[in-house]
Amino acid sequence: MIGLPFVYSLAGLAFLAFAVLSLRDASNPKRWGNGAFWGLLALSMLAGDRLGDFANGLLVLALVAIAGTGQLGRGSGGTSAGVRSERAAHHGNRLFLLALVIPATALAGTFGFEHVPGLVNPKQVTLVSLSLGALLALAIGLAWLRPHPAAPLQEGRRLMDSVGWAAILPQMLASLGAVFALAGVGNVVGQLMSSVIPDDSLIGAVIAFTLGMALFTMIMGNAFAAFPVMAAAIAVPVLIRQYGGDPAVVCAIGMLAGFCGTLMTPMAANFNVVPAALLELKDRNVVVRAQVGTALPLLAVNTLLIWWFAF
Amino acid sequence: MWVLSGIAVMVLGFVLRFNPLLVVVAAAAVTGLAAGLDLHAIVSAFGKAFNDTRYVSVVWIVLPVIGLLEAHGLQERARALIAGLKGATTGRLLTGYLVIRQLSSALGLTSVAGHAQTVRPLVAPMAEAAAERQKDLSEDEREQVKAMSAATDNIGLFFGEDIFIAIGSILLMVGFLEQQGIVLTPFQLSVWAIPTAIAAFLVHGFRLWRLDRRLAAKEPFQ
Repeated sequence: MIGLPFVYSLAGLAFLAFAVLSLRDASNPKRWGNGAFWGLLALSMLAGDRLGDFANGLLVLALVAIAGTGQLGRGSGGTSAGVRSERAAHHGNRLFLLALVIPATALAGTFGFEHVPGLVNPKQVTLVSLSLGALLALAIGLAWLRPHPAAPLQEGRRLMDSVGWAAILPQMLASLGAVFALAGVGNVVGQLMSSVIPDDSLIGAVIAFTLGMALFTMIMGNAFAAFPVMAAAIAVPVLIRQYGGDPAVVCAIGMLAGFCGTLMTPMAANFNVVPAALLELKDRNVVVRAQVGTALPLLAVNTLLIWWFAF
Repeated sequence: MWVLSGIAVMVLGFVLRFNPLLVVVAAAAVTGLAAGLDLHAIVSAFGKAFNDTRYVSVVWIVLPVIGLLEAHGLQERARALIAGLKGATTGRLLTGYLVIRQLSSALGLTSVAGHAQTVRPLVAPMAEAAAERQKDLSEDEREQVKAMSAATDNIGLFFGEDIFIAIGSILLMVGFLEQQGIVLTPFQLSVWAIPTAIAAFLVHGFRLWRLDRRLAAKEPFQ
């Protein structure tokens, strides 16, 4: 069955190409750093399962050492704005069709592979379809635009270098969450939260739950990590068992209160920090600031929704 | 209590603007040591988790295609398309994207759009082009329009995806509640994501409408 191993191999090959092209990029004064960084990531994708836990840990430390000591740089070059405008005028709106091949394939694959049981692992069908979409778009692009065969990888490498270390921050934070779980951080926070709930105040308990979800999500960067902690500390014992709240309403909307926290923290790096890097924004917190104005009113709405509908 | 020291390290590290990767590793080390783990165990635990979460970094495989398209003028074309559309404003454009993103996420199609797939090559340049038609943008305002494009993608995703019954967070809740002796179906939970999804559309849509107003009035925005 096609599943994550296929996707990881493909990603590994892409990172390997980025590494080799980085090493050959004479315009980048720190090309050795870039080459080593993307090379280690390629190793992780291609052979991570065979390295063992400790070696994987050392690999992470090496990645952090490279990024933390400022060994990642960017080269110059790329296609000039003039040439891009000229090509844009020449190719016209068909460029959009090619851009839509990736989402269209992801869409078709997600639904289509359902009807071919045993071919693609159903749990990983979207990631597999996304990868196939990228391959298909690449093939069509090469046939239609007829660039130098290495051009896509070279352009991809250029984008990758502009993202830099932020590329692995989401994965790093997810890993930190696992260490937090191992150390029992969630239990301690849960005990703290259950000691601050006001007695005999339903709205007080609801606010403690939604605010707790948002705050703990902001710390962990992920509502998935916050939910079991806050639900075990407040939602189940107080809101559901003591006050008789509807568990479906309390939990479903409580999770969404956590999502409001995700909008307000740099810890949710893949949503908040990576786009700042990808869009080449000067301030890496500008996306978080743009979201606060939506997240706070919505947190209040979620609190009221639980209060109204669960009891 | 000492295991919370890792959280303090995270907050302090972000405030002092150290490299976030260093901060994460320091927080993991402090947390692990406070919990009585030795260094070997901490490094192994982190390595295992890093290996188990590689799927988070898979999205970068779309970059060669995006790079190829951009070298052939995709962003320029996106800008030109918007510049030629009468009545296209930043707010209307992003509101339209918000609807599409919420609806497609509600159908479980969370990975078909995203910051690398759609925001950088299409949505952000279009929003920028629309804003340029409304007002001469300062450097800061240009950043804000781009940031709002990324924000709209996130909000559409977060407040759409939980309507789908087979999404991770719904399955997590079903599993957790079952351990607590409460049996619910995914559908009973996902239906309660709808009121918040509507509220998210109203709140964010209102902010986008206000953004348009400020652009149209040619006022500087904060």
